[in-house]
Amino acid sequence: MAAYAGIFDLFGLREWCDAGKTKSLMSLRQLKGEDPAWWEIPFPSLDNLHKACGSIPQTRDFTAWLENGFLAIRPSLRVVLDPLTQPLSWALDGALTLFTTLPWWCLVPIILVGTMLSSKSSRITAFVAACFAFFLFTDHYGYAVQTLSIIFVCTVLCAILGVPTGILMSKNDTAQRVITPVLDMLQTLPTFVYLIPLIFLFKITEPKLYGLAIILYSIVPVIRLTNLGIRLVDRDVIEAANAYGMTARQKLVQVEIPLALPNIMAGINQTIMMSLAMVVIASLVSAPGLGTLVLDGINNLRLGVGFVAGFGIVLLAIILDRVSKAALARVDESRKI
Amino acid sequence: MSTADKQVKIAVRNLYKIFGDDPASILPMLSDGIDKADIQRRTGHVIGLNNINVDISAGLITVIMGLSGSGKSTLIRHLNRLIEPTAGEIEMDGDDIMAYDSGRLRALRQTRMSMVFQKFALLPHRTVLQNTMLAPEIRGENGSASTEEAVKWIHRVGLEGCEDSFPHQLSGGMQQRVGLARALTSNAEVMLMDEAFSALDPLIRTSMQDLLLELQQDLHKTIVFITHDLDEALKLADHLVILKDGFIVQQGEPQHILLNPSDPYIEEFVSDINRARVLKVRSIMDGNRRAKANHGEVDSGMSLESLIAHAEGDIDRSFAVHDDGARVGTITMKAVFKALVRYDLAGTGRTNNGAG
Repeated sequence: MAAYAGIFDLFGLREWCDAGKTKSLMSLRQLKGEDPAWWEIPFPSLDNLHKACGSIPQTRDFTAWLENGFLAIRPSLRVVLDPLTQPLSWALDGALTLFTTLPWWCLVPIILVGTMLSSKSSRITAFVAACFAFFLFTDHYGYAVQTLSIIFVCTVLCAILGVPTGILMSKNDTAQRVITPVLDMLQTLPTFVYLIPLIFLFKITEPKLYGLAIILYSIVPVIRLTNLGIRLVDRDVIEAANAYGMTARQKLVQVEIPLALPNIMAGINQTIMMSLAMVVIASLVSAPGLGTLVLDGINNLRLGVGFVAGFGIVLLAIILDRVSKAALARVDESRKI
Repeated sequence: MSTADKQVKIAVRNLYKIFGDDPASILPMLSDGIDKADIQRRTGHVIGLNNINVDISAGLITVIMGLSGSGKSTLIRHLNRLIEPTAGEIEMDGDDIMAYDSGRLRALRQTRMSMVFQKFALLPHRTVLQNTMLAPEIRGENGSASTEEAVKWIHRVGLEGCEDSFPHQLSGGMQQRVGLARALTSNAEVMLMDEAFSALDPLIRTSMQDLLLELQQDLHKTIVFITHDLDEALKLADHLVILKDGFIVQQGEPQHILLNPSDPYIEEFVSDINRARVLKVRSIMDGNRRAKANHGEVDSGMSLESLIAHAEGDIDRSFAVHDDGARVGTITMKAVFKALVRYDLAGTGRTNNGAG
């Protein structure tokens, strides 16, 4: 006799319960005809109630229901999301093609000149040159460039989407109340869990699958820090802007964004770092680059391959961090109060 | 120097400002005469301004003085509606500012009122020249004429050669000169100065006050100046308004307030003042133009301190007082020395003399 059967009998629901019931297996105790002791009474969970009354669904029915529900809305979601996210696939494909077809003797100097221009530091440029020399000598250059191009596209998109969202949050307290929990969720969700709904929605071969995963994960800091930066702009300066009759638009463009720029740049730096972390996990869903080597190392227990690729990712992280921090420091320099 | 014949630029009428959740509900309590602390305790509302009536005359410096928390900064922010009043009227040139929509209000702030701030409030990412050009730039005048105008004022406030510096490269005094140049470049008739010199060192403060007075001699702007420093107020003011706990304790010609404080609060305020330096001959003199003067002429704007020096400390001298070449009265050194005695000691001093 199952623990809660008596209750269903009491309310005269036995007939409803047993409708369509198939004979279930009995435990050893039930065969012996022993009832469990009163202190062994289980929590009335779905599975335990199901034992007493066959019409109550089990927990696995519940998860199956979720899955079916998701599958049911999938076609209509795709109609909306597919065209919306298609540009992301194009951008990723385009950047990957561009970066990988440019010969090394063309791309590496471009990167070094870019580094020099944004950091204005020969030490950092020399470091970047040394890192690329390492990639080229160890034949990891192609993978590193793929990873870089993914990060490049995702960071640009994060900035394009994240900065306006942050501005909206700073201007509108309701927007801040609504968006903050979403950001909290995006930040705390285990990174693998991101991939689950995305795998359902898109074909696994589509670049936008990993692109979306990276963007969702790494957009959070740029939104948060833009919001914070604009909220922290010196109130006296805002008052002066008001007192001289600036419009809201003039204030935003000429005062708030320039003064919040150090914070926004710090947000973009964090975004770059987080997209680098995500790009490894995204290799599970066919993101190319150094991440695939790490995955290969784990799957096939090829320790050396995984280790060198991991080291390459660390080098990329240091490069991106130093270059973006140097650019940030130059912004800070001219804005001391 | 009566204020009656002065043209009123800004008129503030029955202005109230109450901070709290439901400010309008507090107004009846105020008219019942319940006091500020009581209202705050009972309702949690803070009285910012309580029935303010001030006429701000065109072309003069009106100084609003009070200690911190007296509502002076709140009051000046009502003039360009950076703060909205709970009740009351503000008229500029007979035009009701409270009726302005946001577009007209912006136009007012862009063209007719400029402001100088205690903490300078310069844009840190812009050069001195770009900061100075703020007002014309907001109005959309980016031509070379505005640049010339800005350069002119930068030179006028004594910052030649600093046009391309950033604010953080300048000292506090120089930053406030930029703030002043910015306000002057806007070419507005009214200049609001919120504790403009309070953050500066005493010596720099004095030189900024002199600069302001010198500029004012040429420009005749309508200036509203906020300060907590009585010396500064007496030096700059044509019309002095003294605020305490959000209401006006006394207003009028500063020399008049110094000689006739209307209440103990003001007596306390003026008691530490160097009266010899602040009081002018014209405030003390006898209006009799024919009385005998045994030692020549003095100017009516002379301070008592310089007059004592001029008289070599001799108590028996008397002088004919002239203003713009015409005789306006007579002053005796006896009157001068009596005027130096603090208001609250004047009575006891006489008794002591009698006893001695």
